[in-house]
Amino acid sequence: MLTAAAALVAVAALAPLLQLTVRAVGGDFAASLANLWRPRTGELLINTISLTATVSVACLLLGLAIAWAVTRVALPGRALWWTAVCLPLAVPSFVAAFAFKATWPTVHGFWPLVLVLTLSLTPYVTAPVMGALALADHSQVEVARTLGVPPATAVFRVLGPQVLPAALAGALLVALYTLADFGAPAMLRFETMTTGIYAQFTGGLDRSLSATSALVLAALALLCISGERRARSRTARGERSVSTARPPLIRATRTRIIAAALVGISVLAAVAFPVGALIVRSFSAERFGSTPVDLLGAGLTSLAIGLATATIATLAALPVAYLAARFRGRLTSAIEAAAFVGHALPGLVVAIALVALSLQFTPGAYQTLTILIVAYVILFVPKAIGSARTAISQVPLPIEDVAQSLGRSSLKTWWSVTFPLSLPGTAVGFLLVALSVMKELPATLMLRPIGVDTLATELWSKTSIGAYGAAAPVGILLIIVGVVPAWLVARSVRRAM
Amino acid sequence: MTIRTRLLLCLGALTVGALSLTACSTTSQTNTTAEDSEETSLVVYSGRDEELVAPLIELFEDSSGIDVEVRYAGTTELAAQLLEEGDRTPAQVFLSQDAGALGALTEADLFATLDPAVTERVAAEYTSTDGSWVGLTGRARVLAYDSEKYTADQIPGDVFELLEPEWEGKVAIAPSNASFQSFVTALRVTEGEERAAEWLNGMVANDAQIFAKNGEILDAVNTGAVDLGLINHYYWARSEQDPATLRAQLAFGDSGSVSALVNVTGAGILKGASDSTAAAQFVEFLVSDEAQTYFQEETFEYPLVAGLAGPEGVPDLTELGGPDIDLSRLSSLDETVTMITAAGLL
Repeated sequence: MLTAAAALVAVAALAPLLQLTVRAVGGDFAASLANLWRPRTGELLINTISLTATVSVACLLLGLAIAWAVTRVALPGRALWWTAVCLPLAVPSFVAAFAFKATWPTVHGFWPLVLVLTLSLTPYVTAPVMGALALADHSQVEVARTLGVPPATAVFRVLGPQVLPAALAGALLVALYTLADFGAPAMLRFETMTTGIYAQFTGGLDRSLSATSALVLAALALLCISGERRARSRTARGERSVSTARPPLIRATRTRIIAAALVGISVLAAVAFPVGALIVRSFSAERFGSTPVDLLGAGLTSLAIGLATATIATLAALPVAYLAARFRGRLTSAIEAAAFVGHALPGLVVAIALVALSLQFTPGAYQTLTILIVAYVILFVPKAIGSARTAISQVPLPIEDVAQSLGRSSLKTWWSVTFPLSLPGTAVGFLLVALSVMKELPATLMLRPIGVDTLATELWSKTSIGAYGAAAPVGILLIIVGVVPAWLVARSVRRAM
Repeated sequence: MTIRTRLLLCLGALTVGALSLTACSTTSQTNTTAEDSEETSLVVYSGRDEELVAPLIELFEDSSGIDVEVRYAGTTELAAQLLEEGDRTPAQVFLSQDAGALGALTEADLFATLDPAVTERVAAEYTSTDGSWVGLTGRARVLAYDSEKYTADQIPGDVFELLEPEWEGKVAIAPSNASFQSFVTALRVTEGEERAAEWLNGMVANDAQIFAKNGEILDAVNTGAVDLGLINHYYWARSEQDPATLRAQLAFGDSGSVSALVNVTGAGILKGASDSTAAAQFVEFLVSDEAQTYFQEETFEYPLVAGLAGPEGVPDLTELGGPDIDLSRLSSLDETVTMITAAGLL
């Protein structure tokens, strides 16, 4: 029964991908192919790939440098920096892009977008690298140096292999985010596959065209996620090194100044600048002045939808997480991998598939909250599964055995033993899902029922009519919402330290 | 102990979530039941911007007591959605930014025939030939320009001049927007397919700046981000700041050419709502003097009902001298989108 429930979740998660494939292949295949085989697709692919590659490499380098600076250099108030470098996670990239545009209206295109995305996404590299550096065996650096290897080379040779897999996994997450991002490229007017598909969806009469393009985007995303998994599997078994002695911190004044400047500037630019720019802008609401009622309404709608989705996603995640934590096997792995597909799929892709799916099978549900919530669950259930799986696997197996030997059924055991013990971790997943929902833009734009405004759509519609003053408070609210997951990441990093 | 507290906290959170879910589902239920009783509620798909038509819809709600639910999105996006939904659509009335989308839906046989008393209020050249939709307002296609860099006489009166190297990278367009698309349709109808394709490809080659919406283009011209932008006149005229003092100013196209195109916004009743009195009442309201005056005074569009003056601050409709096009010939939206797609703009 457990397996059946988990399989159901996996099938639901795969449904969008199946729908797009059937539509692209089963419909007019020649037309689908002709739609893809044209210069525009190539142009968008080049744009997307160069953007993704540039941002990933930039985040990789910046993230490695920042992680090194905050873990190895004697900065004043080190523990504070560990939290600070995770804070950019609180600023959704489209809010950061909006802050740039509100400050410099003429700014647009590739490099400004690279800057915005790099600043917002670097923590995806910084956080795992800090963890890896904390676990790494630094003693060998000294060994290498006594053998006459120059200091910098010794560090690279010894720590490189221990840190690089974590850094790569982080960079691939950056790539995945960049591929799927809609708001920031749209605001800074750089055309990618994602914005191109949205234009095709909104500006064309034939929706099977956007469906075929969405399939290409999905393929790119799946490529990234398989790379990420491969990189991560090489770090997963990292255990604290035998030698627990921490190497002494670097105290050279010059290094300290450079490190402080690097970390300070990047955090200021990624967090303090957008927050400051939005606050300044809020006081200059010129047209369509800010409406506190709308703001409150959008905030409450976001919160209600977020909590509802998180509840359903957590319930859906539990059977998958329990299977994955307790029974490793081929079927379990397949189910888990399928349920994780949503993690790779851009929101836009899921939305396009669901518009068609709901019209085809459940016309009554079309344009209702149900479909919107289904889309969110598909997109964000992996977050719930990930947290719950870790939490469940940390519950000692003997406790369950004891409970069962005392005559409890396995379901009762789960309810009275495993579930309460794993609850804190599961709750973190719940929170992550709720907050991701509140920040989601493209799927919400396409699937929301009539009259439903979330914070993200509110910011989007205000900026598209140039009402920057009215949009600024919405941006600030979105950042406040984002502080919670950023803090959670920072907490896990501090624990590793 | 801590675990129990956390358990309680989480259960609390779950309950809140579940409660809000039930709350949501009840609202959607009331919506569906309300849709069923047509006399008190109405579902409208509006391809026109919320800030332009929401006050008008409020006027209608106040005077009729009918509760109007509006789905706002792009005109072409909603047309595609109506085509995909077919007879399962919840929409009863479609408000369109241009004649092209209305024509495409007419061809798909999605509209009910309107009461002749409604269509007769509008001059024949600005409405459908078969009574499937009615024209509401006229709007001119204009070039907004950065007045800090140019004077009005430096702005091309013919859109083909925009292909000159002088304007490379300086002109903003919105290819996914219905108004741009209907302009391309007009190019096709008046100048022929080849010239239209030539213009589109020329714009791409001349590095036209791509935007998603007319409003964004005006904003970009007004901040100096681009020099010229192809938009509808009313985006400028309705600015809350006195438009005459804006950095962005308007240049109207050469009289009689396609550059001076006057297109219409319009409305149609979907087939499923052919018996709905609320839908009929709403469309009737849209061509009433009250609504037409609203368009003229508040959104600065040209009213199409006979006997009403044009908006202030822009040339009179007759002075514009738009090309002599039968608007129902602007219905070939599908071919236009194909051409825009082929040019690599979609």
